[in-house]
Parts: sequence; C-alpha cells; structure tokens
Amino acid sequence: MSATISSAEPRAAATGGGRPRDWRRSADRFGDGLLYGVCAFAALLGVVLILLIGYQVVHGAAPAISKFGLGFLVHTTWQPNFGVFGAGSLLFGTIVSSFMALLMGAPIAIAIGLYLSLLAPAGVRGIVSPLVEMLAAIPSVILGFWGILILAPFVHENLEPWLHDTLGFIPIFGSPETTGASIFTASLVLTIMVVPIIASVSRDLFLSVPRDVQDGASALGATRWEVVRGVVLPSTASGITAASLLGLGRALGEAIAVTQVIGAGAAINASLFKTGDTLASRIASQFPGAITGMHIASLYYLGVILLVIGLISNLTAQWIGRRFDYARMAAK
Amino acid sequence: MSGAVVDPAAPLTPTGNLRRRRVFSRVAEFGATGAALFAVAVLGIVIYTVVVRGASALSFEFLVTGAPTGIAPALVGTALIVAVATAIAMPLGVMAAIFVTEFAGNRVAGVSKLTLDLINGLPSIIIGVFIFGLLVANRTQSGFAGAIALAIIELPLIARGAQEVLLLVPNNLREAADALGVARWRTVLGVILPSALGGILTSTVLAVARAAGETAPLLLVSSVFDGKEVLLNMSEAMPNVPVRIFQLSEEANPEGFAQAWGMSLVLVSFILFASLGARAMHARSRRKMSS
Repeated sequence: MSATISSAEPRAAATGGGRPRDWRRSADRFGDGLLYGVCAFAALLGVVLILLIGYQVVHGAAPAISKFGLGFLVHTTWQPNFGVFGAGSLLFGTIVSSFMALLMGAPIAIAIGLYLSLLAPAGVRGIVSPLVEMLAAIPSVILGFWGILILAPFVHENLEPWLHDTLGFIPIFGSPETTGASIFTASLVLTIMVVPIIASVSRDLFLSVPRDVQDGASALGATRWEVVRGVVLPSTASGITAASLLGLGRALGEAIAVTQVIGAGAAINASLFKTGDTLASRIASQFPGAITGMHIASLYYLGVILLVIGLISNLTAQWIGRRFDYARMAAK
Repeated sequence: MSGAVVDPAAPLTPTGNLRRRRVFSRVAEFGATGAALFAVAVLGIVIYTVVVRGASALSFEFLVTGAPTGIAPALVGTALIVAVATAIAMPLGVMAAIFVTEFAGNRVAGVSKLTLDLINGLPSIIIGVFIFGLLVANRTQSGFAGAIALAIIELPLIARGAQEVLLLVPNNLREAADALGVARWRTVLGVILPSALGGILTSTVLAVARAAGETAPLLLVSSVFDGKEVLLNMSEAMPNVPVRIFQLSEEANPEGFAQAWGMSLVLVSFILFASLGARAMHARSRRKMSS
C-alpha cells in the first residue's frame, strides 16, 4: 500500500509565512465545504430519486386510479379497445410465476450455497463460484431469447407431457398447449435468474458460521448433514429468508424474459401449462404501443402495484437482514 | 455402554441407526453437489447455444454495416448510451460513497445505504416507466433518456461497491493525514481515493456489464429506430443491442433469429470478459490492500 501524500504540501505550509498560510487555511475550508456539499448532494440524490420515482409513477397512474380504484386489483378484464382495465389476472400470473420460481430455485440455490461453502475442495470452489455468479450476469433478454427457442420447445415436447402423464390428476399439470410458451416456462426461466442471487448470498452466509461450532457438532458425533441441519441452517435462517426475498423481488419485477416466454395470455388458468402474463411483462409488451390515455395510465397503475410489491419485499429483506446482523453482533 | 461387551475383532462399520444417518448424509451431499453441477450445466447450455448459433451469424460485414445485414448502429448506440450513463453514474456514485464512509454519521449513512439498496432492488422496468414519464412523455424517445435510465441502474452498484472498498482503506492512513494537518478534502482526494481506485474501477466495470444488457428501460425510452445507419445524436432514439435482440426475438423470422443470436454472442462475450476482468482486478486490488 503506497499512500501518495504529496510531500510538497506540508512543507509549503510549514515554511510559508503568515499570509500564504491564511490563504491556505481558507482554501482548505472552502475545499472541505465544497467536497462535503458535493458528496452530501450525491448521497441525497438517492433519496430524491426514490421519492421522484414514486411520485412520477403514481402521477402517471392518477387517471386510472381515480377511475378504477382498488377494484383494479381484482378485475380480470384487460381490453384496451374498450377502455376496460383490470390487473387481476396479471397479479395472479406474477404471483404464481414468482413463487414457482422461488419454490424451485431456493432449495437448489441453498444446496449450491452449502456445496460451495462446506463441501467443495478449494480448487473446485474457485471455479464453480464465479460460474454460478456468471449465470446472474447473463442479460435477461438473452435468457428469454434462449427460453423461447431452446427451452420452450424442450418443455413443450418432453417436460410438460411427462408431468401431465405422471401428475396429471393435479389440476395444475393440465394438458400441454400448442406451444411451449406458458407460465411454467416463465417460472423455469425465472428460476435460472433467481438461483445465482440466492446461491451467492447463502454461500457467504454459510461461510460466516463459525468453524468451531460446526466442529463441536461433529465431535458430538453429528454427520455432515446433521451439522448442516442442526447448526448451519438454523443459525443462518433469517439470512436465507432475506436472500430468498431478494430473489423473489427479482422474479416479481422481471419484465423482458417473462414477456418472451409467457405467451401473453389474458385468462386465469389452473393449469401451469397455459399462457399467462405478469405485471412487469404487460408493461413491457404494451407500453411502447399504448395510445389512449387510459391505457397508458393503466400501465402506470401496474407500475404502481409493482413498485409497492417490490419495495415491500426489499424492505422486508433489508429488515430481516439487519436483524440478522444485530443478532450476530450480539453473539460476538 | 458400561455393560456392553465390545468385541475387539468386530469391524468398525456403522450399523443400524448410525448407518442410516450416514447414508442420509451422503445422499444430502450428493444432492448439494448435484445442484451445483446443475447450475453450471445450465450456464454451459446457455453459453454453448449462444456461441454455436451466434458464431454462424458473425462476420466482418455483420459488425460494420447497418440493418438489414449488420448491427453496427446498435453496437455504437449501446456503447454511447452506456458510456454516457457511466459518465453520469460513476462520479455521483463515488461521491455518495465518500459521503457515507468519510462524512456521514451512522444514521445518515444507514439511510443512504438503504435508499441505494432500494434503488438497486427496483424492477428495471419501473425505472423505464419513470424516465418515460420524466423525459419522454410529450417529447420523443432519446438515447439521452436511455443513458439517464441506465445511470440510475448503475448508480447503486457503483456506490455500494465503492463504499465497500473505501471501508477497506486502513484507518491509520486517515489518522496519519490528520496528524500531518492535511485538510479533509486533500486527504480524501489525495490519499483515500487513490488507494481505493482499483476497487472503484472494479465495481464500475461490473456496473457497465450490467447496464450493457439492460433491456426493459431502453424498450420504453429508446426503441423506435430502424438501425440502418450509425447515429451519434443522442437526442434521437438510438439503436441498441438489447432492444434489437428483444424485437427480433418477438418476430417469428429465422433470419432475424440468426441476427439476434449473433448480437447475443457479441453482448455475452463483452459481459463475460468484463466480469472476468473485474474479478481479476478485484483479486489484485485485494492483494494490494492486504499486503
């Protein structure tokens, strides 16, 4: 570490007479104030930005909010040509696809976290860890494009018929449709996006569990799984919950990839293999072409719902995460 | 155990309950390893598809001509939008980070971090809707609006990354500068920032990689373009790679698909190289910091 303190400055201050020093002092006072002001402005910008985003989105939605009220949340008709809008089926699609993604993604991600933190040899960890993170770096538009052309046909021809044949007595596994575009495919793509987020957070969490507690459990005769089950998972439970909520927030708000694979259906179906739509994906698919004022306002209204859900899931994750920090600090 | 007769010749293999527990533990280990393999396999399949399908679309002509044969306007557009976004977000992000680590008290720092995390957690489509309402509604789409939207996405990434490195700068550097009577602003600009530069650059590169592939905001604020020629005027809607891939993927046109694969390959290789580069830089600056 080489600190680059310019050696000329202190000397100049020491040898200078009264006047240069005064000048210097006031310059420094000015510099301090300026830097403080500029930095405070930048930090404040974040707060302003959040408020401005909230204001702008609610403002845009105002006509739709005053026309449809809260009934917007439950009405399921969305017919731009007739000026009738309701977010019911979109909310349904959003919740189903995101929770499906979390249901499939969280166990896989936590298992990956466990593998990377406790099982993998150092060399393997050094390779697999970045690879998992790289999965998060793939842009959603490319994942969605891959989703329609590669994943959807596979799901349509193999996975869906198989699930329908074996588990078809459960209504969610209805008969496959004509294409692979479905809520199920969207959930799979969302799973791929959620896994790296939860995996990298939970890996760091598991690495933070003190080694001696784990060794203590092993010394008492616990198997590796029992150490995980009895020590590692309970002590990180709140952190894992926070990580899952972060993943959920990501899945709820994903617009592009979902638009590409979900098939833009309008109805609420019990079967996962039918098309559907989500809040974010409806905004992405219709906003660029919306013409009437009420259509645009309704899309803004979808944005308001998305914003509220997103903020709630994020704040909850922060809150749980912070509590977890305090618990750990108290333990130390 | 006291009364049990231990046969010293018995082999030391678990039986009964212990055996079951061991087997269960083994199965769990296999499960975890399998999950990791699965994630790597998915990454492999996606990258493999993009490389194989994209490579056949790639050619010199593809990279330097406009639509319908090439993607040069989209490449230039994305480069410009992301460059302007970074030029906006980087100074602001670094300054916000300096405020949090060097000036603010715990409380204010907490609020600032929280808002940055909230912005980071916002769905990117919301940022698109916001910028649309702010800069595009009643006017026209523009590359500049796109740059602002991407700047909002980059800001929290850069700020949080910079905060982490600034916290790593050893405190005795600050104390040494104070002891020499160096003014705060000189300490920050002359001592603290230079030693945190590596980490700040790392998080900036990661933010650029993230912004380059961001589609949702650009779809709303810079998506009406024909992509025939290279545009440099940021007050018009600029062609860009992610939105073009999205548009092509929505049309059922095999030639369009081939182009979209080609663009995906270009975008993915840029992002992967940038992330790998950032990772290498990160490792290097960590080593420098700790030594």
